[in-house]
Amino acid sequence: MRVEVVGVGVLGPGLPGWAASAPVLAGAAPYAPEESLALPPPAGLSPTERRRTSPAVRLALAAASEATAASGLPPASLETVFASSNGDGQVVGAILEALSEPDGVISPTQFHNSVHNAAAGYWSIATGSTSPSVSVGGHDQVFAAGLLHAAMRVSATGAAVLFCAYDAPLNEPLAQCRPTTAPFAAGLVLAPPARDERRLDPAAIARLEIRYRPEPAPPPAPAETALDALAAGNPTARGAVPLLRALSRREAARLVLPMLEDGCIEIAVAPC
Amino acid sequence: MRHVPLSITAHTAVSAMGIGLDATRTALRERRGGLAPCTLPGTPEGIWVGRVPGLEEVALPEPALARFACRNNRLAELALRTDGFAEAVAEARERHGAERIAVVLGTSTAGIEETEQAYRRRDAEGRLPADFDFEHTHDLYALPRYVRARLGLRGPAMVISTACTSGARAWLDAAALIAAGVADAAVVGGVDTLCRMTLHGFASLELLARGGPTRPCAADRDGISIGEAAAFALLERTHEGTARDGLALLGAGASADGHHMSTPHPEGLGAMAAMRAALDAAGLAPRDIGYVNLHGTGTRTNDAMEDRAVTAVFGPRGVPCSSTKGWSGHALGASGALEATIAALCVEDGLIPGCLGIEEADPGFESDILTENREAPGLTRVLSNSFGFGGSNCALVIGRLPA
Repeated sequence: MRVEVVGVGVLGPGLPGWAASAPVLAGAAPYAPEESLALPPPAGLSPTERRRTSPAVRLALAAASEATAASGLPPASLETVFASSNGDGQVVGAILEALSEPDGVISPTQFHNSVHNAAAGYWSIATGSTSPSVSVGGHDQVFAAGLLHAAMRVSATGAAVLFCAYDAPLNEPLAQCRPTTAPFAAGLVLAPPARDERRLDPAAIARLEIRYRPEPAPPPAPAETALDALAAGNPTARGAVPLLRALSRREAARLVLPMLEDGCIEIAVAPC
Repeated sequence: MRHVPLSITAHTAVSAMGIGLDATRTALRERRGGLAPCTLPGTPEGIWVGRVPGLEEVALPEPALARFACRNNRLAELALRTDGFAEAVAEARERHGAERIAVVLGTSTAGIEETEQAYRRRDAEGRLPADFDFEHTHDLYALPRYVRARLGLRGPAMVISTACTSGARAWLDAAALIAAGVADAAVVGGVDTLCRMTLHGFASLELLARGGPTRPCAADRDGISIGEAAAFALLERTHEGTARDGLALLGAGASADGHHMSTPHPEGLGAMAAMRAALDAAGLAPRDIGYVNLHGTGTRTNDAMEDRAVTAVFGPRGVPCSSTKGWSGHALGASGALEATIAALCVEDGLIPGCLGIEEADPGFESDILTENREAPGLTRVLSNSFGFGGSNCALVIGRLPA
């Protein structure tokens, strides 16, 4: 499947947006992660809804907004694919805590925020979009699974898709069995490659050729830098950082991301 | 987007209605529902649920897959063993190659019931027990990974979690995956199991029926009865395999409400858009549909919204409609998959089930709500609706391929 990257967003410690982060990801500027990450309140929501958004939702919507704005495409026109391993794990954890009390009473707002498509729901409310939206999981391979899904949507519909992957740390005790060291989100607006003159093409950054392969991915290189450590410590970043690095270098590259024990996706990156 | 029909070459369903297709179709024909008072510990008072009997005793077959043991994967296993489904997939594996068959499944809570138990077994420091396996139970990806490994498949695995549209959306995305050439066939469906999180969650929103089973489309309906279900289908291109009586996924459509997290758009604009997209994908007009299997949860707002949306698309009393959740309960992330399979059974059996447990439809409704079963030997196409939190909507058209 061939797609063009027409918008990028990124948010994580020391990665405050694509323009500021590209030199860092390319290795041309030092990586200096700050202690805490500022998560902007999402635009477009009513004050009540904005108050109800959790850090995970704000993280996702920040990267989605940046990628969409960069694409120049109207947000409401884009189908969306949201991918997350942990989802809103802090909300899920709070519900599990409440359920372990004798009365088991939980908060209605927390319950509707616990669904895996909460970020997608807030995005469609914020942008007034009625375009189809899907939310997927994928454990440590969530970025690869989501990217394959998004490319498949572009290929099947012939229209641009907003792909947003995000993962935020969990609270204890879930964090013990699912360590996530820092929040991280990436957004990509993917468009079909055929240049249709009737369509207003935004400037493409790169062309990707994505294919599923029924074989294990090669073992990952050991983490050497702080950026490698960020990637190793966040399910979304595991797959996103290698691709964002390749995009930032504006060089041809071939990546293999694990998706299953015996399945992976191969991405050929060609800069535009 | 025009959709190429995909043959349903095998399918199965397990729910409170029964284990397997024969039990499910008998329950429909004899109007025997599977809902009963909830006896699970620590759950809200006075509710009824659709529970699959004997689930706790289902063992996962291979030692290598034992780490996936949780209520959700036990339910998946039970369905894979039923109706010769695993054997049919094994035959398809010979035709296509294991690497060309994808697994695309929906679930809303996966194995979170296992985590609920683990929270109750925490030690003095609040740590979860060492034998709790988050990755293979709680994690959403555990479901398609289990099914893929159990069936010996090597194609891509995808898990979809869009609340109560998850199971229907899995059918839609599997079709897109095959259209994109990533796979030649797909195991699709959904699995969701009873857990305290959803029972207490819907209770907190005051959306559960109390003192009796859910009564979708009744004037005095008072909410949902939650159920559990697993439903799987094998989808293949129509020229391949052995089509099961010409049954096929004819089209699928989706939309978002962009309105509210837990309340549908009051006019049903998103629901209408999904139904119209599914009809467009199938290349059909509303008059080509012989029955609409409603999302029909039994809540005040869903059923009223859906009545308006169906009326807008099909016209007043334009098509026979019913909800089958009076039989199965609302199986949440599996409901769309269960009802896709029920839609296929309705076509096979020429049967339109009337809503169970209600005497007459809400007199304010303008759609043609059936409250008794109707023989429909000429039934060839059914539209099945699913709507969910986050404003997610999905509609499927299931029917016979033209001869």
